[in-house]
Amino acid sequence: MSNSARAEAVLALHRFGMGPRPGSIAALGSDPRGALIAELDRPLVLTAAASLPSSAKAYRTVADANARRTARAKQAQQQAKKQQTASAPVMSEEQTQTQGPAQGQEKDGAEMAAKQAAEAVPDPGRPMYLQEAKLRTEAALGADIGFAERLVWFWSNHFCVSAYKIQSMSGAYEREAVRANALGHFVDLLQAVEGHPAMLFYLDNLGSMGANSIAGINRSRGLNENIAREIMELHTLGVRTGYSQNDVIGFANVLTGWTLVPPGDNPEHGGEFIFNPRLHEPGGQTVLGKRYEQEDAEQGRAVLRDLAAHPATATHVATKLARHFVADEPPPALVAQMAKTFRDTEGDLKQVAIALVSSDEAWRGPPSKLKRPGEWVVGMVRATGIREVDPTRFTGGQDLLGEGLWRPSAPKGYPDDEASWIDGVGRRLDIANNFAERVAATADPQAIIKDVFASEIAPEVKQAVGRAESRQQALALLFMSADFLRR
Amino acid sequence: MGFVNHLPTRRELLVGSGALFAWSQMPRIARAEGRDPRLLVIVLRGALDGLGAVAPVGDSDWISLRGDRALVLDGKTPALPLDAFFALNPAMPNLHRLYKTGKAAIVHATATPYRERSHFDGQDVLESGLVKPGMTNSGWLNRALLALESGGRVDPRGSRALGIGSVTPLVVRGSAPVMTWVPQKLLPASEDTQNRLLDLYRHTDPKLATVLQARMKLASLGGAPGTGDPMSDDPTLAPGIARVRAYFAEAAGTAARYLAKPDGPRVGAMGFVGWDTHIAEGAAAGQLYNLLGALDGAFAAIESNMGEAWRETVVAVVTEFGRTARINGTQGTDHGTGTVAFLIGGALAGGRVIADWPGLKPAQLFEDRDLKPTTDLRAVLKGLLRDHLRVEEKVLADAVFPGSADVRPMGGLVG
Repeated sequence: MSNSARAEAVLALHRFGMGPRPGSIAALGSDPRGALIAELDRPLVLTAAASLPSSAKAYRTVADANARRTARAKQAQQQAKKQQTASAPVMSEEQTQTQGPAQGQEKDGAEMAAKQAAEAVPDPGRPMYLQEAKLRTEAALGADIGFAERLVWFWSNHFCVSAYKIQSMSGAYEREAVRANALGHFVDLLQAVEGHPAMLFYLDNLGSMGANSIAGINRSRGLNENIAREIMELHTLGVRTGYSQNDVIGFANVLTGWTLVPPGDNPEHGGEFIFNPRLHEPGGQTVLGKRYEQEDAEQGRAVLRDLAAHPATATHVATKLARHFVADEPPPALVAQMAKTFRDTEGDLKQVAIALVSSDEAWRGPPSKLKRPGEWVVGMVRATGIREVDPTRFTGGQDLLGEGLWRPSAPKGYPDDEASWIDGVGRRLDIANNFAERVAATADPQAIIKDVFASEIAPEVKQAVGRAESRQQALALLFMSADFLRR
Repeated sequence: MGFVNHLPTRRELLVGSGALFAWSQMPRIARAEGRDPRLLVIVLRGALDGLGAVAPVGDSDWISLRGDRALVLDGKTPALPLDAFFALNPAMPNLHRLYKTGKAAIVHATATPYRERSHFDGQDVLESGLVKPGMTNSGWLNRALLALESGGRVDPRGSRALGIGSVTPLVVRGSAPVMTWVPQKLLPASEDTQNRLLDLYRHTDPKLATVLQARMKLASLGGAPGTGDPMSDDPTLAPGIARVRAYFAEAAGTAARYLAKPDGPRVGAMGFVGWDTHIAEGAAAGQLYNLLGALDGAFAAIESNMGEAWRETVVAVVTEFGRTARINGTQGTDHGTGTVAFLIGGALAGGRVIADWPGLKPAQLFEDRDLKPTTDLRAVLKGLLRDHLRVEEKVLADAVFPGSADVRPMGGLVG
């Protein structure tokens, strides 16, 4: 293997994959581009996730627990009140008037009992979140290169939901909507995510109703524009691409009725997507100058199809992908090529990914992208050959680094530019130091440089590693080196 | 499981970041004598500058060697006199007090048989007890324990490994049953690690250098990074000497609490990092001064937490090698050879500096750069193992420190 092939393999693993691990450079062989493309032909299914609940089941489980919690709390409160009434001495009117504080205590006691009873019912949402996090992370650790996993991560962030709002479904959402379509056509991915209960919940569409819908008339409540705006601004066209407030309203009306089956009503299908005609604004709507006269959910699907095919979407998606993989300011020629591929193939995301790695522009150095915390941590673990993670530790670390798994602070998802992340580098040092200590007994920094990086690492880093006072320090310096932080 | 009652509390897990203990059975022979000895080994990783810790103020070449970086008795922070020749770093009043009461001894100009200057290999030799690095995956302390029959009535923990974490110091690794305890929270990256990373960034990535420098500045001002967010009081953040001090003291103190328990372990090992003072060593005020102060605090914590067991305790503080005798071009010292070992504990016959002083003239230095080692560290360790734990001399020569038959155990260390 020539020097340049080795260097290209290292770059391939850092820039397009999850980072090198023992043996991966040799496995890439003399044709790293071909190896990246070949990985896209493998199924993206998480076989280990077969035992995990579907998003609907997860949602029902949490809803059931919440209902039980409420019931226990009420019960305990009533009981506490009954006991207090029974034991309270009969008081005169005057006494009663002066007993304010005591009554307050009674009330507090009942509330305390209610709170305790509620807390006794465990929250099933967190263990589900952790289990999903474990499988997802181990898929990244186990991937030969990790290009496909990186694409899953990219699309999951592009179409993010937040576990702060909908913890139970966050992992299953990614599997069901994103992973299943990340290498398919954009329009199918778009339909899957926008019709997913997790997204409808996250972007507040569950109760959105047309002003002239049956529910709208009866309840005098109405439209929520959130999802319509975010789909156009963030998911498809991109901000300032010509859509108007009227387009947002029209599209929001189109999407009324896109909701989920209330879990309390339906133990079998609770939490699944349903189109509820009683919430839906009747009649045709205009979005971006086009009239949509379809009945029911087909109206929304038609708008999504057109948004997916819109040229602005091709540019938006190509720009974001190129920015994520290559540079904060991606080469215009690369973006143009990817956008063209997107348009020419009706948004075939596999072809767009192939266009990315087939372009010489995408391989130009020097590596200037600062890895995001998640890929950096996974890269560190991969370098040591470890394949399993403790999800509590991993997600805790991600929180600390500001990239909590499935917890972006806004629908825009986590940013992809250096300015957003570079101030967190100091925290990465603490994490690297921490991780280095845990693996120092088994991970040999010199061996990692030689076997994992094929010695494709700056001489200054080799020197710093060689002079470190301990293995822990050597590993921490290696993991924190620009060769490891940047790609 | 049997160890449940002895699991460290959350608090203990929190404070012990980075420290490692391992322990095993009670030495039977010592017990038969009605003794119940404790031994704690502390490894200072990174190579301690012995001359910066214990200065040969009586050596006429001392001042010319270190110039205004030399510790002296009449300095701004005066060194603490030990005898007519040696003085202790002023950051270590506890050690000084112990020394004055005969409960501490210092071995100077000592080294393992390792004569190269790689930290990893040096630590390997120090902890394995072998003459060359990379030859075994067991440590001398573990092999010493193997040689000691258990006196029965040992803590059940002693016979099972508890794998909370993955790092066990080599010195206690091996086939003798050992329990390791690895705390969950870890020491923040040391100042030294940060300085090295900063140096690396300056040569490779100026943007990252700027960011790291800003953070270090913030930490030095006492402000925790990310003040105002819920993680700002997290002990893994905001490195600083106050945290290091607290960490050393509490980690060592926790070890002592375990060793002091009637049914607890009798032998432990732990490591402290941060001693690789290449830049701005600061023996009299600065990096090394701060670290030695933290170590001194750890000594006080051990003494106080050992309680009654203190009188049967020996703590051996060792490092992989020393540093250059002269100051380098960045006001620090580079990897060297001869250094010091600290021995403290109620069981010691101390109050003396044990040294066959080699002198500091250029011709007297090892390879014209390092303090020449004149005392084999193995002699000291063998002496402790023989006289404190009652490991047989032949076993020491054959199994514990193989190939050390000609290195006689140093006698008279234990009172």
